[in-house]
Amino acid sequence: MAVPAPVLTMSGIGKQFPGVKALDGVDLRLSPGEVHALMGENGAGKSTLIKVLTGVYPADTGTIELDGAAVAFGSPLEARQAGISTVYQEVNLCTNLSVAENVLIGREPRRLGRIDWKRMRARAAELLSRLELSLDVSAPLSSYSLAIQQMVAIARALDVDARVLILDEPTSSLDAGEVEQLFMVMRRLKEEGIAILFVSHFLDQIYEISDRMTILRNGRLVGEYLTSELSQVQLVAKMIGQELDALERLHGEARVFDRPLIEARELGRAGAIEPFSLTVHEGEVVGLAGLLGSGRTEIARLLFGADHAGTGEIAVGGAPASLRTPRAAMHHRIAFCSENRKADGLIPDLTVRENIILALQATRGWTRPVPREQQDELVGRYVKALRISPPNPEHLVRDLSGGNQQKVVLARWLILEPRLLILDEPTRGIDVGAKTEIQRLVAELSDGGVAVLFISAELEEVLRLSHKVEVLRDRRLVAELPNDAELTTDVLMETIASGGRDS
Amino acid sequence: MTTTAIGRTSVPAKYLPVLVTGCLFAAMFVAGGIRYEGFASGQVVLNVFIDNAFLLVVAVGMTFVILTGGIDLSVGSVVALSTMIAASLMAGPGWPPYVVIPLVLAIGSGLGLVMGAIVHAFDIQPFIVTLAGMFLARGLCYTIGTDSIPIEDATFTAFAQTRIDLFADLWISPSVVIAVVVVLVAAYVLHYTRLGRSVYATGGSEQSAMLMGLPVGRTKIAVYTISGFCSALGGVLLSFYMLSGYGLHAVGMELDAIAAVVIGGTLLTGGSGFLLGTVLGVLVLGLIQTIISFEGTLSSWWTKIFIGLLLFVFILLQRVFSARTRR
Amino acid sequence: MRRLLWPAVVLVLLLALNVFFTPSFFSIQVRDGHLYGSLIDILRFGAPLILVALGMTLVIATGGIDLSVGSVVAISGALACLQISQDAGVFTAVALALGLCLVLGAWNGFLVAGIGIQPIIATLILMVAGRGLAQLITGGQIITVNSEAYKVIGGGYWLTVPFGVLIVLAVLGITAFLTRRLALGMLIESVGGNAEASRLAGIRSRGIILMVYAFAALCAGVAGLMISSNVSSADGNNAGLWIELDAILAVVIGGTSLAGGRFSLGGTVLGALIIQTLTTTVYSIGVPPETTLLFKALVVTAVCLIQSPSFREKAFRRRGRTAPPSPAHEEKVRVTA
Repeated sequence: MAVPAPVLTMSGIGKQFPGVKALDGVDLRLSPGEVHALMGENGAGKSTLIKVLTGVYPADTGTIELDGAAVAFGSPLEARQAGISTVYQEVNLCTNLSVAENVLIGREPRRLGRIDWKRMRARAAELLSRLELSLDVSAPLSSYSLAIQQMVAIARALDVDARVLILDEPTSSLDAGEVEQLFMVMRRLKEEGIAILFVSHFLDQIYEISDRMTILRNGRLVGEYLTSELSQVQLVAKMIGQELDALERLHGEARVFDRPLIEARELGRAGAIEPFSLTVHEGEVVGLAGLLGSGRTEIARLLFGADHAGTGEIAVGGAPASLRTPRAAMHHRIAFCSENRKADGLIPDLTVRENIILALQATRGWTRPVPREQQDELVGRYVKALRISPPNPEHLVRDLSGGNQQKVVLARWLILEPRLLILDEPTRGIDVGAKTEIQRLVAELSDGGVAVLFISAELEEVLRLSHKVEVLRDRRLVAELPNDAELTTDVLMETIASGGRDS
Repeated sequence: MTTTAIGRTSVPAKYLPVLVTGCLFAAMFVAGGIRYEGFASGQVVLNVFIDNAFLLVVAVGMTFVILTGGIDLSVGSVVALSTMIAASLMAGPGWPPYVVIPLVLAIGSGLGLVMGAIVHAFDIQPFIVTLAGMFLARGLCYTIGTDSIPIEDATFTAFAQTRIDLFADLWISPSVVIAVVVVLVAAYVLHYTRLGRSVYATGGSEQSAMLMGLPVGRTKIAVYTISGFCSALGGVLLSFYMLSGYGLHAVGMELDAIAAVVIGGTLLTGGSGFLLGTVLGVLVLGLIQTIISFEGTLSSWWTKIFIGLLLFVFILLQRVFSARTRR
Repeated sequence: MRRLLWPAVVLVLLLALNVFFTPSFFSIQVRDGHLYGSLIDILRFGAPLILVALGMTLVIATGGIDLSVGSVVAISGALACLQISQDAGVFTAVALALGLCLVLGAWNGFLVAGIGIQPIIATLILMVAGRGLAQLITGGQIITVNSEAYKVIGGGYWLTVPFGVLIVLAVLGITAFLTRRLALGMLIESVGGNAEASRLAGIRSRGIILMVYAFAALCAGVAGLMISSNVSSADGNNAGLWIELDAILAVVIGGTSLAGGRFSLGGTVLGALIIQTLTTTVYSIGVPPETTLLFKALVVTAVCLIQSPSFREKAFRRRGRTAPPSPAHEEKVRVTA
């Protein structure tokens, strides 16, 4: 197939952040009239690449060419003026203003300095009709659904003569019908010869809409492929990467799990996760495998009471339980280390010691402080056991490295001696040493009878630790696989890619 | 395909808060008319305007600031400072009003400009910056003088005491005309200029407004300047009304202005509200005072208690309202 | 501690300035069995502000603000004086006044934590209505009382020390005990530092928020008693006017961020003392007292500029490294609809 002349070419892009090489020699070519998918797991560098392209960050190395001429944008505004428009997952519009204003604000038609509302409404309606939308353009944007808001954002992006349209996870909060509507619009724009860069975590969507894809892993380019020539299994394999080191399973002999600790029946929450059933036994490590956005974290949050479940019920130790709040879950000795430790875990202003005893203190209430000797003893024990560095409990937690911060959050829950420990991506963004330590710890806990729900994007890790693996795809629990000799990363990837349909 | 219907979650109800305030005003007026003799006359409404023209102007400036999600605590002090500068310059060196008034307006705008610039450039909360502005302006008043300075300039007093007769024995003061003009100009700016729309956009979501390429910084500086200008103009109107300059004038006026804006249905978090609402809010506050003076036995402090109650009701309404629309 | 350094330096400078103009500034004498001297006066007159600022510190540490404390000051003094003028016992009067303050504080806390109204707006209600309430209690008059026992609270001495100073020490001690010996302080800082993480760690933040607002009102109530007792009268209109602004200022000067999180009781006390000393200094160096507000404006501006990261970055750009953009987080902000 002939490659159409690219409208935009990025070559050899490198970007270094303190301590992290976010991008290393990445190429990207966008051709007019093509939907190009940018694929990669968490931390692969997708966002950074888009930010470099749109002028949020300068590139350290590499060149960007638009229509053959080298360009370097200093701000998103400059990129826009050059014809590169971006629509983000979170709709960056003002929902208090009318639809027409959101399409045109900053470029309103005026007469003698006075905004010409009539012409503005007409122009907005015209732009929207290009997307086959007919809305009441004088209504506030907030009266429309997210999907419509998304399209209004696209209409805004198209008002300037856009040649490249970047859609950064536009579908993650849309339902199926809304996605279809968006795709219709995308196909139309494609026909008009616009190059579209599309980011999504939903494989079905990628295969439905994209013509070509570029895959990144760990800040490096894996390759550029025609969507029609790459199977879903190959795609997942390329995204996740296969490190062929020996899969040493940390659990020795097979164990029998017969004492259910948590049983979830048809638990679900609209827009987050379809109803699922799941049983976790005492001492069992249950892995959750699936791509980002497949509903892994949502399951964890429901089991911890961080979000309210819309449907279904939970039983703890055989008795029905209501987990409406984290406190209630903690009462049942469930603990949850969130994936986003900065937003949901750490109190950056407090010391390591205070962060570690926070949950314990919360269960005791403020009137019964944990005695200082006990604090020091507990904190000292876990700082040592988890090798938190620097080993100074009075250090502010904000100054610690990512891996050590993660260990602090982990320690916070371990001192509560939970019966179920939910770990959401506990090893993401931390160094190899810390990673192994955390893996070993999970195995030890399990041997000691603690149930662990382990979420990770790395399939090897899931396989290495888990007794059984729950596979998620597109916000649905699609399969439960016992972790026996036959279960390999290939099988897992196939299950993720196929959505459990063939197995 | 039902493209049009998808996702319409609720009828646009942006006029509802203003409507509620309007109904409240009407209801209070009717109730007053039934209860007190001589209440239900046009002049009573006009008197509310006459007695609150300065507050109206100040509240207009406050509306701009609050629409961007900010707050301006300095307005009362700037009003006082304006009366003080005007009175002292006319009394001492005997400068004529047509020099003094523009100077006062320039000083007020300048103070606002500086506060806005600090809010924008150093990212300090408006609450604190305008608090400093409040101290500064009040302090400047006292450095000019601690006593009340009477205004005896002939042109000035003549203008202040002019009665503009309308039909059928009704009359208003020039201040009312000025206030109405300010309201109309401000409404035009908010509705028909890019600055006005940027004000709403900034209040709706500062980050989005920035990403949409709007001049958020300039907008923020502009609203504090406008508020400073309105406060200074309010000060001029107050000196028409009081015919004196005094450092203790307009103590707590910032609260009245904020209350009027909130009762007028403008969201304190910014982005939603109308000037008409602010006008109605000022009228409601004025009418409360009128009713209390008609009642005779009710003491003046009931005004504050009523205003507090109204604030509570309206803030609660806003809360319920925003909880509904934001899903 | 390092963050107490700047406020301490400012206080020392102010005191030094005073000594320069009034050499006898530091002298403290015992007269009629009472301690006398400029320093004692600063403590005595600064006592109500310190109290209000202590309460405010905890509120601000949770990320909130309480504008209503000035009104509460007036209400507390008004109710106590009214009771005493109606021949109630001093103890009953004080208990009733403080009880009412607790209720008012709980009301603020309920609006913030229960209904979820922004603190600045929620407390604005009581700030406006509270003044009216205070005047309603006093009937718009200034109620004067003639009670020796009541007079002790704000004007009395015990073991040569002004009673108000002792009250401050007691409240400071209790607050320090509750927050630092018990675990309240850590939980408050946690709620103010990261509300969502606190919720996920199982902290009952609503209860904590309710409590700090009640505590702030209680402190304001005690301050109100002190102010009205000192002059043996209650003035619903002017008692505690603008004290909320001074208190917020004291807290900010003391190094507690308006954004919430870490707080420092010692810093707040220093901040309040700076404000009080400033007033005294203005008198002692012979500047017209009317200019105190100007000084305050300057101090507020200076302190806030120093604390603003954005200002520091701009002013000390040479030395300061430009903040590197944080490594790309590819995590998505989940839309929890």
